[in-house]
Amino acid sequence: MKTLGIILLSAMLTDNFVLSKFMGICPFLGVSKKLDSATGMGIAVTFVMICATIVTYPIHHGILVPNGLEYFDTVVFILVIALFVQLVETALKKLVPSLYKSLGVYLPLITTNCAVLGVTVLNIDNNYTFLQSIVNALGGGLGFMLALVIFSGVRKKLEYADIPETFKGVPATLIAASIVSVSFMGFSGLFN
Amino acid sequence: MANKLVKELTKGVVKENPTLVMLLGMCPTLAVTTQALNGIVMGLATTFVLLGSNIVVSALRKVIPDKVRIPAFIVIIASFVTVIGFLLEGFAPSLYDSLGIYLTLITVNCIIFGRAEMFASKNNVLYSACDAIGMGIGFTLALFIMGSVREILGSGKWLDMEIPVISDNPMLLFIMPAGGFFTLGVIIAMVNKFANRKPPQEIECGNCENCTNCAKSGECDKEKEENK
Repeated sequence: MKTLGIILLSAMLTDNFVLSKFMGICPFLGVSKKLDSATGMGIAVTFVMICATIVTYPIHHGILVPNGLEYFDTVVFILVIALFVQLVETALKKLVPSLYKSLGVYLPLITTNCAVLGVTVLNIDNNYTFLQSIVNALGGGLGFMLALVIFSGVRKKLEYADIPETFKGVPATLIAASIVSVSFMGFSGLFN
Repeated sequence: MANKLVKELTKGVVKENPTLVMLLGMCPTLAVTTQALNGIVMGLATTFVLLGSNIVVSALRKVIPDKVRIPAFIVIIASFVTVIGFLLEGFAPSLYDSLGIYLTLITVNCIIFGRAEMFASKNNVLYSACDAIGMGIGFTLALFIMGSVREILGSGKWLDMEIPVISDNPMLLFIMPAGGFFTLGVIIAMVNKFANRKPPQEIECGNCENCTNCAKSGECDKEKEENK
């Protein structure tokens, strides 16, 4: 039985969603150009990950398993996430307009972020308890944010670098990501 | 008509290759390509889902109200993912295990969403099927190339055949996550070099109609406003 602290840290560092599990690569490459948008996206993803876990976990264990419908997981989860994101967006718009202004733009695109569906499915696959699932989602979200924020710094430097013509743009970004990923490999073996 | 069919079939393979040119579906491209075989299986599974969803979306394009089209597309895609999951689990359990969670994540692959939104919801069933097959082949090809490079360099094997010399001292880094980013970066650069055009500067918004469900759509709105 892993303790909660280890789950949190391993989801954040050793099994970082972006850099070692390759989930959420599109926002990682797309939204990491500026620091403020990277932070905004990171907070929005963390929030949705936790909420999606809180919603999907009871659905899986309370409704699908007792009725022998586990194979509906994918369909139900993605629908719930889509519905939920919509709900949060509407609620934020009405209740906290200031927060909506800073996070709102990132919400709709989170539906198709594989990290969110990924974390809910992983929680089920790993047989985590409810509390462990939430901690795992929190760690995953924070790790996602960490990767985005670090990478936005790297990209800022990259803009001034003298890169061969063929590699300018996306290829150089990917190779920079590879180096950031190598540095995260340093965390492996931190827990056993 | 035959001309258009051929055009829809072939455009996805090279000219509009979903992974290497349009930069869609990066997650599976990087995640499962530690072996060439995994790449092929992932590519074929995605092609199956893409074909199914394109056909159904196209057939129902006049029935689905515009406002609920995204949830409708999601359900259609997720159903096909469940089907292919069952098929693989039943007939090729070892492949099913090695693809793991990434099989489920085909549901949120932007290629499939993108084609449903950009193509299938506007064209008839036959064209949509051709488009799906073309895009699927393009995706499979890209994954196969990625997988081959990483498997040969990273483990000194190719489709279970030992490669002499390299297999004595394989560069492990290539089958690790970092190697995935690196290989993809180099392959995209090579493709652009040989096609004699500039590499994409970033994931572009300009001529993309896939705004509602793309990772950049938030940024996109901002960019469009700034350009005004």
